[in-house]
Amino acid sequence: MSQIHVSTTVNGDAVEFLCEPDETLLDALRDRLGLTGTKEGCGTGDCGACSVTVDGRLVCSCLVLGAEANGASVDTIEGLGQGDALHPLQRKFLEHAALQCGVCTPGFLVAAKSLLDRNPDPTETEVRYWLAGNLCRCTGYDKIVRAVIDAAADMRSQAAQS
Amino acid sequence: MALDDKHGVQTRDFKIVGTRPVRPDGLEKVTGKARFGADMALPGMLIGMILRSPHAHAHIRSIDASKALALPGVKAVVTATDFQDPGDGLRDILENCMAGEKALYDGHAVAAVAAINRSVAKRALALIDVDYEALPHVTDVDAAMRPGAPALHEDAADESVPDGWSKNVVRRYEFGHGDVDAGFAAADEVVERSFRTEAAHQGYIEPHACVASFGGDGQADLWCCTQGQYMVRATCAGIMGIEVAQLRVTASEIGGGFGGKTTVFIEPVALALSRKAGKPVKIVMSREEVFRATGPTSSSSIDVKVGMTKDGRITAGSAELRYQGGAWPGSPVEFGAMSSFAAYDLENVKTVGWDVVTNRPKQAAYRAPGAPMAAFAVESCVDELCKTLGLDPLDVRLKNASRDGSKASYGPTFDKIGLTATLATAKTHPHLSAPLGPNQGRGVACGFWFNFGGDTCVSMNIGSDGTVSVIEGNPDIGGSRAAMSQMAAEELGIPFEKVRTVIADTSSLGYNEVTDGSRVTFAVGLATIKAARDAIEKMCARAAALWGIPAEAVVWEDGCAKPAGPNAGEHEPMTLAEIAAVASETGGPIAGHYEVNADGAGVSFATHVCDVEVDPETGATKVLRYTVFQDAGKAVHPAYVEGQFQGGAVQGIGWALNEEYIYGEDGRLQNPGFLDYRIPVASDLPMIDAVIVEVPNPGHPYGVRGVGETSIVPPLAAVANAVSAACGVRMTELPMSPPKLLKAMSQKTA
Repeated sequence: MSQIHVSTTVNGDAVEFLCEPDETLLDALRDRLGLTGTKEGCGTGDCGACSVTVDGRLVCSCLVLGAEANGASVDTIEGLGQGDALHPLQRKFLEHAALQCGVCTPGFLVAAKSLLDRNPDPTETEVRYWLAGNLCRCTGYDKIVRAVIDAAADMRSQAAQS
Repeated sequence: MALDDKHGVQTRDFKIVGTRPVRPDGLEKVTGKARFGADMALPGMLIGMILRSPHAHAHIRSIDASKALALPGVKAVVTATDFQDPGDGLRDILENCMAGEKALYDGHAVAAVAAINRSVAKRALALIDVDYEALPHVTDVDAAMRPGAPALHEDAADESVPDGWSKNVVRRYEFGHGDVDAGFAAADEVVERSFRTEAAHQGYIEPHACVASFGGDGQADLWCCTQGQYMVRATCAGIMGIEVAQLRVTASEIGGGFGGKTTVFIEPVALALSRKAGKPVKIVMSREEVFRATGPTSSSSIDVKVGMTKDGRITAGSAELRYQGGAWPGSPVEFGAMSSFAAYDLENVKTVGWDVVTNRPKQAAYRAPGAPMAAFAVESCVDELCKTLGLDPLDVRLKNASRDGSKASYGPTFDKIGLTATLATAKTHPHLSAPLGPNQGRGVACGFWFNFGGDTCVSMNIGSDGTVSVIEGNPDIGGSRAAMSQMAAEELGIPFEKVRTVIADTSSLGYNEVTDGSRVTFAVGLATIKAARDAIEKMCARAAALWGIPAEAVVWEDGCAKPAGPNAGEHEPMTLAEIAAVASETGGPIAGHYEVNADGAGVSFATHVCDVEVDPETGATKVLRYTVFQDAGKAVHPAYVEGQFQGGAVQGIGWALNEEYIYGEDGRLQNPGFLDYRIPVASDLPMIDAVIVEVPNPGHPYGVRGVGETSIVPPLAAVANAVSAACGVRMTELPMSPPKLLKAMSQKTA
């Protein structure tokens, strides 16, 4: 089985890799590009630990083929902060103790950013339904939901000041 | 506040303990840098995969791997014949990792392959021929106990089991005191009910993963996600027939465990493949493998009888508990039988537990193993008696609650405990007086867990710049590094940021028991404080030497060595950093150590209150409000204590409402994925209010009790009591899934 050559953009950087025709984007990110921040919890699109965005669309990277990333722009947890500066969501997750083991955290952060990109002022219910595709077994979601709402408020007040 | 005479602390105003600093491993975890089990790679690494039985019960006549081995890129195949018999203590664990003569459950490992990549390994698995002879199977606990049931083992029962049962009944336990018959005779009302709960999986989001490297010189290294690297070392070294010092195990960051990572599944297989192939081997389980072949908790069948007087005094309680623990002995029924009535101060109590084997995966510990289902049964009966007698469920619990000096139903006498404090706090909470609407109900339940201490070892190095390294040996499963840094900083009198806590591999620190039993903040915290005191003693001696006074004439206050009083002479206090800076001239590096088999963990109690609404059209239950009241002794990092309360409560809600292992007639698991084994998601839940009650534990220098497990004990009953109140039918089977609730409600109407 010959491999496929893929040219794509990941977190703003142009990258190329070879992958098997049936290889998932998740495996390509982790095994070909060394971006292991994106996690596999199920491989069937049920847990959201592998959440990334492809051309701005939130997807489970375990359900996307690596080959499909050709010509696209992929954003992962590794690109959420800017250098040393954390994204407000990352900061609020730390302040609110919104992670215990932390394995679902990258997926939650990517999914939450995707929510706030679309809706800068979500209600608690909107946060809960948007994040319903991301499983967390440690926290009971309470502190995650609070962190997302607080980050949204923080970002709104920053936007108002700038 | 006298916390702890035994540990030498009389009064204490905490500066750092009780605050909420950002956890030291936080940044790595929000940026994707933290390395979990599957994130490790070694040069030249092979990929290992495991072939699993499609049968619930079968003889393995033969395994032919010749076609797989002929496939280019395949480097090794292992089966049971590649392992020596490791002896009684480890035989069951090895057989669970790799089937011997029989496959005992759907998903049981029968062979494994190592190949140059995943796709070759996958193709190789399909080329391994296993000749099975299918055997009759049994997956239900009550069916497995009946004489004539298909037997898994010929002689797994011990002498505790009387004659007349099937060979699947392997242990019997009994606890209690007083005369239950006399107690029931003295009751005004007696309730007797039977309950059933299904197996629930721990559901950690990170599947098991490891990388093994077995060198030709007999030394081996293993990287894995585990709750206990020392346990992995002892188990794997025993199975591989090597000395423990030759195997170094490094625990990765761990993506959840909840008890499910307190044993091994793939680690010995990866080591065996690596030894055979002469290269590092990585194995990562799929989610389906996690469900089919790692331990869920037991399913159970429980009979409970409780007697009560008209004024709410419990006169007697008895319970008979039957837990199936999968294909080998070891279900947590003993803990179930011990904990059933632990929340009550009873004159007459008796519990009997039966450990049963079935054709299911070997159960593994799940957060307070064995206790939630027992509490579900007992707390349901107490709730029913309160309803029948028109009594308030909190008042009745306060009246009967175990308190300081109560003789526990499982034997010991309780020391300082916090059950009544949680009940009294609940009583005054606004949740209890909030109005309920149609189809809504409120449930109350209490829960207990033993807590544990155990073998623990901590080292602490004082850096020459005044910073401190704490080296401990327990994987951090929910913020424990933060708690250790806090306790070290508190004791040393330095800022939290000056301490960094790391988790050692097995070669870098002495033995530590597994991260379980809610032991880490208690036992490792105790050892951290004692290691700090050891370092302080050495630093005081260094200052004394510099000042030319006896070491006893120096005290440690606010992070400084100071002369103990006017007789010690006039000397400027020396800070930790100042002492550390000149350590080389005063005797060399400064380090503190402490090793202990910690007792005094201090038992833990909680009271939970739950409001639900049941949709009469669909049978779906919505949790509207939930409040946890739990005794933490002393909350070191309150945010992570709340997190334990909330997480345990939600796991219990899932167990009560949705989660279950569903077996088909063929004995195969029907729902091995997160789509069909549905754990709670964010949109299912309200905020979970966490109320921390602090009744200091006399067994810890700061009063700490473990908090991790108790939080899953009350919710099964709290939710069931709420659902029963909402739909007017007593629900005795979990999960209370919509079809079950619809059926129960329609039968009530009929």
